Amino acid sequence: MAERSFKKEVEQLRIGAGETFRGEGILAITKALLENGVGYVGGYQGAPISHLMDVLADAEELMAELGIRFEANASEAAAAAMLAASVHYPIRGAVTFKSTVGTNVASDALANLASGGVTGGALVIVGEDYGEGSSIMQERSHAFAMKSQIWLLDPRPNLPSITEAVRHGFELSEATNTPVMLQLRIRCCHVHGAFEAKDNVPPSLTVRDALANPRRDTNRIVLPPASFNHEKEKVEKRWPAALDYIRTHKLNEFFGPETGKVGIALQGGMYNGVIRALQRLGLADVHGDTDVPLYVMNVAYPIVEDEFLDFCTGKDAVLVVEEGQPNYIEQNLRAILHQAGRNQTVVGKDLLPKAGEYTGRIMFEGLGDFLRQHAQDLLPAAMRAPNEPKEIDPVPQLRDVVPARPPGFCTGCPERPIFAAMKLVENEMGPHQTSADIGCHLFSIMPPFEIGGTTMGYGLGPASNAAFDGGGDKRPISIIGDGGFWHNGLSSSIGNAVFNKADGVTIVVDNYYSAATGGQDILSSRANNPTKSTQHPIAKAVEAVGVEWVRQIDRTYDVGKVQETLKEALTTDYKGPKVIVASSECMLNRQRREKPLRAAAIKEGRRVERPKFGVDEDVCTGDHACMRLSGCPSLTLKMPDDPLRDDPIAHIDQSCVGCGNCGEVADAAVLCPSFYQADLVHNPGKWERRRADWRRRAIGWLQDRRASRRLTWEAGA
Amino acid sequence: MTVQDTGLVTRVPDARLNDIIKIAVLAVGGQGGGVLNGWIVSLAEANGYAAQATSVAGVAQRTGATIYYVEMMPEGARNPVFALAPAEGDVDILMAAELMEAGRAMQRGFVTPDRTTLIASSHRALATSEKIVPGSGISDPTAVLAAAREQAQDAIIFDLETMALNAGSVISASLFGALAGSGRLPFPVESFRDTIRASGRGVEASLRAFDAACAAAKEGYSDPQDVAPAKPQAEVHGPEKLVRRWSALVARAEALPVPVQDMAKAGLRKLTEYQDIPYAESYMDQLEAISAQDKDAGGTEHNFAFTETAAKYLANAMAYDDIIRVADIKTRKARVARIDQEMGATDDHLVQVTEYVHPGAAEFVSLMPAPLGRFTNNRPGLYRFIDRMVNRGRRIRTDRFGGFFMFYLMAGLRRWRRSLLRHQEEVAHIDDWLTTAKGRLSQDYALAVETLKIRRLIKGYSDTHARGLAKFDKVMSGTLLVEGRDDAADWTARLIAAALADPEGKALDGALETIRSFTTVGRA
Repeated sequence: MAERSFKKEVEQLRIGAGETFRGEGILAITKALLENGVGYVGGYQGAPISHLMDVLADAEELMAELGIRFEANASEAAAAAMLAASVHYPIRGAVTFKSTVGTNVASDALANLASGGVTGGALVIVGEDYGEGSSIMQERSHAFAMKSQIWLLDPRPNLPSITEAVRHGFELSEATNTPVMLQLRIRCCHVHGAFEAKDNVPPSLTVRDALANPRRDTNRIVLPPASFNHEKEKVEKRWPAALDYIRTHKLNEFFGPETGKVGIALQGGMYNGVIRALQRLGLADVHGDTDVPLYVMNVAYPIVEDEFLDFCTGKDAVLVVEEGQPNYIEQNLRAILHQAGRNQTVVGKDLLPKAGEYTGRIMFEGLGDFLRQHAQDLLPAAMRAPNEPKEIDPVPQLRDVVPARPPGFCTGCPERPIFAAMKLVENEMGPHQTSADIGCHLFSIMPPFEIGGTTMGYGLGPASNAAFDGGGDKRPISIIGDGGFWHNGLSSSIGNAVFNKADGVTIVVDNYYSAATGGQDILSSRANNPTKSTQHPIAKAVEAVGVEWVRQIDRTYDVGKVQETLKEALTTDYKGPKVIVASSECMLNRQRREKPLRAAAIKEGRRVERPKFGVDEDVCTGDHACMRLSGCPSLTLKMPDDPLRDDPIAHIDQSCVGCGNCGEVADAAVLCPSFYQADLVHNPGKWERRRADWRRRAIGWLQDRRASRRLTWEAGA
Repeated sequence: MTVQDTGLVTRVPDARLNDIIKIAVLAVGGQGGGVLNGWIVSLAEANGYAAQATSVAGVAQRTGATIYYVEMMPEGARNPVFALAPAEGDVDILMAAELMEAGRAMQRGFVTPDRTTLIASSHRALATSEKIVPGSGISDPTAVLAAAREQAQDAIIFDLETMALNAGSVISASLFGALAGSGRLPFPVESFRDTIRASGRGVEASLRAFDAACAAAKEGYSDPQDVAPAKPQAEVHGPEKLVRRWSALVARAEALPVPVQDMAKAGLRKLTEYQDIPYAESYMDQLEAISAQDKDAGGTEHNFAFTETAAKYLANAMAYDDIIRVADIKTRKARVARIDQEMGATDDHLVQVTEYVHPGAAEFVSLMPAPLGRFTNNRPGLYRFIDRMVNRGRRIRTDRFGGFFMFYLMAGLRRWRRSLLRHQEEVAHIDDWLTTAKGRLSQDYALAVETLKIRRLIKGYSDTHARGLAKFDKVMSGTLLVEGRDDAADWTARLIAAALADPEGKALDGALETIRSFTTVGRA
C-alpha cells in the first residue's frame, strides 16, 4: 500500500469533454494519457514521479475498463524495455521514472528502442530531480536524449501545456518512429492547476488484441546489418520528420513583439521563472504579455534551426536561459548562428550561473543584467540603475544559530536500531569499510550514526564493495534495502558475491516496502495486494542463489540481537558471503495501517495496549549518550527546572510511537536507567483491573510508609 | 496590440501584479505542510481566486526542512502566469511551522521588511546536531526572534504547536488559524472554517486549534516573556522532628551571603531528598566553612561566586548517581501519578510500566560494604564471576508487586549508603577536588571558581560516567599547566567547553595540545 492514496482523486479521471479538471500535475498527466488512447503504462517509482506511479496503481480499475495494461516494473530498465510493445504494434505506451538516475538504469533499453524505432507512440515521462528538493547527483536528462536520438519535450509548467505535450508526444513519436521523452521538473509534477478535459479514449489496438495477432520485423531488431541502417535512418528520415512535425504543429512558441533589439530563448520549463523576472522588471503583465520577444523551446531536442534563425533576425543580442550543465542548447544555438554567418551576440552561461537551479533571484538579476547591458532603454527608470550590491546573507547573525536539518529516519523507524547496533559494534571492534545503498537507510551517513562511505546506485551497495571482497584483516560491510535488492541487487550484488566467493557481510534492510519512494509494495512485502503477488521472503531468494550463511532477524528493534548477529558475521570462520536480513515494517506505513484498526478496536471495547516511552528526569544526567545512538524526532531535550543543573536532559514527546529503540539502546549500550516504557491499556478486563487495583494498594502502602519517615516536598496550594 | 519600438515609452510595471499574493510555507517533514498547502488553495478557489500551489516532494519530507509555495489572485478571463518557487525579497506571507525554520526563511531572503508578514510557531523541533552535543547544543531562540522583528514587516510568532496539541490537533490547523487571524488574506474567517469542514477529517479538533490560533493572532498575542513561570512554592511535609531540623538548616542557609542563599537551599533540598537531614547538615557545615574562606579571599568583591558555585557543584557531587538513587526515584508515589498523567490515563485505563535497566558488576560491587567491595575488586576472578551473574539487560515491571518490591528494597539500602564502597570513593574524590579549588582561592579567585565548575563534566552511568571522570582528570591536569598565568581561568573555562563539545574528547585533546604548546618548555 502506498504512502499516499489517490483513490478519491482518480475518480476525476473519468470526466469528459466540457468539464474542467483540477489537480496536481501528475494527475493531469494520467488524465492526458487516458485521453490519448494509451494502451499500456508502467514505470518505476521515485521522486518526483512516485505519485504518478501511485496514481496509475490507484487508477488500475479504470484503466482495465478501457483495456489498458498497467505494470509496476522491476526497474527503470524493465520499464523502458516494456516500450518494446510499441516497436511492431501500433499501440501507444508510456512509462515513467525518476531522472537522471532512472534514465541511467534505463539507458540500455532506451538506446535499443531508439535504434530500431517504434510504430506506436512511445512516451518516456521523466521526473527531472534537479535543484531544491532533489536527492540525487545533479545531471541532465538532455544528454540521454541527444545520445540515443530521443526527442525531448520540456513544456511550459502548467497543466494545459503538459497535457498537450502528452498528445503531441505520442503523435510526434508516431510521425517519426522515434521514442519521445517528456521532461517534468520537481515543482511541475506537484503544481496544482486546471485544464479543460476531453473524453477518455480506449486504445484502438489493445495489448490483448496484439497477443492474438503476433508480428515481427527483422529490420527493427538491433543486430547488424539492421543496426547500421538504423543510424542512417535516424539522421536521414526521422530527424527531418521531427523538424517538420515540430514546425507544422508549432510546438515551440513565440511570445511578445515580433521585432525587437533583444530576445530570450528558453527551455519551456523555464517559462514561468522568466516571466516572473520580466514582471518584476516591469516588462510583462500578470498574464505574461511581454515586451521582450521570447522563443520558448517546448521541444528542447532537436532544435529547429530555421525557427531560431528567424527569431534572431533583426536582434542584436539573444539570452539563452538553460538550466543545468553542460549548456548543450546554448552551444548548439551558438553553432547555428556561426554556421549561418550571423553576428548576433549570444549571452548564456557567461552571465547566468553555470551550475545550479535558476531560482527567482537568479532570474531576476540575470535578466536584469542582460537587459541593462543590451537594451537599457526597454527598462523602466527604476530598473536601469546598476544592480544594488548583492546582499548574500540578509541575517548574518543567524549563521551559527540556525541548524542544518537534513532528512533523517522517521519517529519509530525500524532502520534506526540497525544502525544503532552497527554503531555499537563500531565502538567495540573499530570502524569497518562500509558501503551504503539508495533508500531511507542512506540517512545512516548523517549524524548521529555516520556509517557508510559511498552510494553507487540502487541495489549496488554490496557490489560497490567488490574490490574489498577478497578479504583481509577486517571484513567489509555493505548495506542494501529491500527496494534495491529486488531492483537488481539480487543478481548484481548478492548472486555475484556468491560467484566470486566474496567474504564480506551484507545487511539487507527489509522494511516491507519500497519505503523511500512512498511505500509501494514489492515482491517481499507482507501485505496482501489484490493485483500483485507478494510475500516472497528475501532470505529464501538469497539462499536460492547460493548464500549459505544467512541470518533472518524478524524484529530489528532487538538491538542486542542485531549487534550479536553482526559481530558473528564479522568474526565467524565461515568464508563466503554472509547475509543478514533485518526485517521490520516501515513505521510510517505501519502507523497508517494500524491506527484506524486500533481506534476501531478501542471503540468496540476490545483490550488494546498503546506503548510510549518516557524518561525519569531526575535519573537523566544530561550526557546525551542516548541521542548519539538515536536521532529520533520524538527523543528530544528540555531544560530541567532546577538551578543545580547545567545541561538539558532527555525528553520524549507525544509523537513517540513506543517502538522500543530508546530502551533497547540504553540496555545494549549500557547507558542509563532513565528510560521506561509505559503501556496504556484500553478496556482492561475485569480481573485484570481487580489485580491491578490490589497491586496499586500494596505498592501505595509501601510508598506511604517510606514517605512518612522522611521529608517530601509538594507544591502548596 | 501594436508595438512601438521607439524605446521612449515610460514603462510602469503592471499594477495588477500587486494583486498576486505569494505565500511560502517552511516546515519540517512530517508536520503536515501539504495539508496546509491544500487548504490555502481550496480557500482561494472558493473565494473566486485563481491559485497555483507547488511543493518539493521526496526525501526532504522525511523529517528534513521542506518548503511549499502558493500564489493567488482574483480570477479573470485569462489565466495569470504564476511562479513555481518563492523568490528572495518577493514573498508576502511566510509561514514557518517551527522557529528555526523561520530563521532559515530569513537566511534565504524570504522575509523582507517592505512586504513580508511572518507567521511562525515559536516552538522548537530540535535538529539532530543540537541533540548530540554532550553539553548544551541547543540554538539560541532569541537571536531568531530578534531577527524576525527586524526583517519582517509584521511578525506573528507564538507557540502554535502547543496550541494545536491542546486542541487535540496538529500544527497545520493552528497555522491556518494564525493566517486567518493575521488578516493578510482578503477572505472572511468563516470561509477558512468552511475549508476545514470540507476537508472532512478530524474537523472538530482542527476547528478548535484554528479558532484558538486565529483569536491569538488577531489579538497580537505573543508567548509569555517570563521563561520560568512563577511556580507554586513547594511545601515541606514529614515528621515534625525532621521539619524542625529542616527549618534550622534553612535558617543557616539564610545566614549565608545573599547571592549564595538560593543555590544553598536548592542543594539542601536535593541532599535531604537524596539521603537525609544529617547528610544535608554535613553539606551545610562544608558550605559555611567555604563561605568563611571565600570572605577572607575577598569574596565580597566577587559576589561570593566561589561559595555559590561550590553550593551548586558540591550538592551535585554529594548526590552522586547510584543504583539506590535510581531505585528511590522510581518507587516514589508522585512518579506513578506523573506517568498516569503523561499517558492520559483515566479510570477506564490501566498503565503498565517497564523499567529498562542493565546493571553490571561495577554497580553490584559499589553496593557492597566498603571492606567487602575492596576485597572483591582485588580479586579479578571473583569480579568476573559476579559480572557473569548480574551483567545483563533487565526489563522489570514496576507496576507489579514483585518488580516494585525489588526496587523498593534497593532504595532502602539508602540507610547504609554511607558505609558502602561507592560512598567512600566519592567522598575521597570530592575532598581532592575541593582541596585543590580552595587552595587556589587566595592566589587566583577566578581560577578557583572555574576549578569548581570542572565537576560539571562528571555525569552519566557506567561507560559514560567513566568517560566523564577521565575528562575531569584531564581538565584538572590541564589547569595545573596554566596555574599562575593571568589567563588561567579563561583557559580552564575553555577546557570545560571543549570537553562538552564532543563525546570522545577530541576537542578537549586539541585544547590541551594548544596549552602544552605554550606552557611546556622545550616543545616548539
